[in-house]
Amino acid sequence: MSPRATTPGQDFFRGVWRENPVLIQLLGLCPALAVTNTVANSIAMGLATFFVLMGSSILVSTLKKLIPAEVRISAYILIIATFVTIADMVLAAVVPEIHKALGAFIALIVVNCMILGRQEAFASKRPVGRAILDAAGTGTGFMIALLMMGSFREILGNGSFLGIPLFGDAFEPWIIMILPAGGFFTLGFLLLGFAWWEERKKVPVHPRHWPHGVTVQVDPGEAAAVGGSGAGGVRARRSEPMSRKED
Amino acid sequence: MGELMLIFVSAMLVNNFTLVLFLGLCPFMGVSAKVGTALRMGGANIFVLTITSVVASFLNEYVLVYAPYLRLISFIVVIASLVQIVEMTIKKLSPALFRELGIFLPLITTNCAILGLAIFQTNRGYGFVEGLFFAVGAGAGLTLALVLMASIREQTELADVPAVARNMGLVLIVAGSLSLAFMGFAGLFTS
Repeated sequence: MSPRATTPGQDFFRGVWRENPVLIQLLGLCPALAVTNTVANSIAMGLATFFVLMGSSILVSTLKKLIPAEVRISAYILIIATFVTIADMVLAAVVPEIHKALGAFIALIVVNCMILGRQEAFASKRPVGRAILDAAGTGTGFMIALLMMGSFREILGNGSFLGIPLFGDAFEPWIIMILPAGGFFTLGFLLLGFAWWEERKKVPVHPRHWPHGVTVQVDPGEAAAVGGSGAGGVRARRSEPMSRKED
Repeated sequence: MGELMLIFVSAMLVNNFTLVLFLGLCPFMGVSAKVGTALRMGGANIFVLTITSVVASFLNEYVLVYAPYLRLISFIVVIASLVQIVEMTIKKLSPALFRELGIFLPLITTNCAILGLAIFQTNRGYGFVEGLFFAVGAGAGLTLALVLMASIREQTELADVPAVARNMGLVLIVAGSLSLAFMGFAGLFTS
C-alpha cells in the first residue's frame, strides 16, 4: 500500500473494523481478556488505551525525523511508557475504584503490541494528521472490541449492564463468564462468529451435474458477473451438503 | 520455607500467568504449535523472568524509593537492555545455548509477563528471595501452559475441524477449557 493510496476516511475506518486490532489482528489480547469482566472496566481500559495510543502517535509522528532508526523501538517504548504513567496517575486520581479493579493492567498498556505496532507501522512514516486519524480509528476499534466483550460477559455473567440489573431475581448468572475462562470463551466464540460470517459471504453457485452446491472464493460483485454458470477456472471448493441450495 | 513454596505453587498453578492472569498471551498463541518450540520458549521465559525479578528487586530497593513515578519507565528500559546484554553474552560464550534460546529472547523482552512480574512483585512487596521463587514459579507455570497447549494443538492439527474453527477461535476455546481446569487448583489452599 503506497502512502498516498488511502483517503482520510480509509485511514480512520481501517482500524475500526476491517483491521480491528483485537478481533481481526489479535493484538492487545492481554487487556482485552483480562479486564473485560464488567462494562465499566472495559470502558476505562478502552479510554486509557485510546489516550496512550493517540498521545504516542502524535509525538512519534512529530519527532520522526529526530529519532535515529537504530534506537527507534526503545524511543517508542519510552514515549509510550510516559503516556501510560500519565494515564495511570489520572485514573488513580479521578476514578480510584476502577483504577484499583484494573490494577497492574493499566501499567501493562506499555507492552500492548497494538500500540507499538501502530507506531512502527504507521505513525513513524506518516504526517501528524494521518497519524491522528489512524490512532483514532485503531483506538475506536479497540474500544468497540472491549465493549463487545465487556457487555457479553457482564450481561451473561452478572445479569447486569453497567451495574444495572437486567433480568430480575429469576436469572441465574453464568458465573463462568466473569471468570478468566469466560474471557477465552467469549473471544473464541466471537472469532468463530466472524469466521462463520466471512464464510457465509462466499457466494454459493450450482454448476450442472454437481451433487452439492460449491462455494467460489470471489467477491459478490464478481460472482454476479460470473452468474451461476459453473466455476471454470475459479478456485472452487465443495461446501456442506446443507448449503443454501435455494439460492 | 513454607511460605516460599506457597509463593512458588501459587504463581505456577493457582494464579497461572497465562491461563488465569492473561499475561504472556502472545507467545502462548504464537509459538504453541509444536511441543519442542514451546519447551524452548518456556525455558527462555524462566530465564528472562528470573533476571527481571533480580533487577526489579534491585531497582525497588535502591532507585525507586527516590522517584516512584519513574517505576514503569525504568523497569522497561533496564530489563530490555539487560536482556540484550545477556543475549550478546550467551551468543559469545555458548553458541549452542544461543541457538536453543537465543531467538526467543528479544521476542519476550517486551512481553506482558515480564513487566507484569516486575509490577506484581512490587505491588506485593516481595523481597529478593521471595521474588526469585515467584519468578521461577511464574516461569514454570508459563512453560506448563505452553507445553499443554502445544500438545493439544498437535492433536487438533490432525483432527477434522469445521472450517470456521480452523483459526484462533479453536485455540481460544481450548485455552478457555485449560483455564477452567486450572481453576481447580484454587482448592489447593483452603486457608
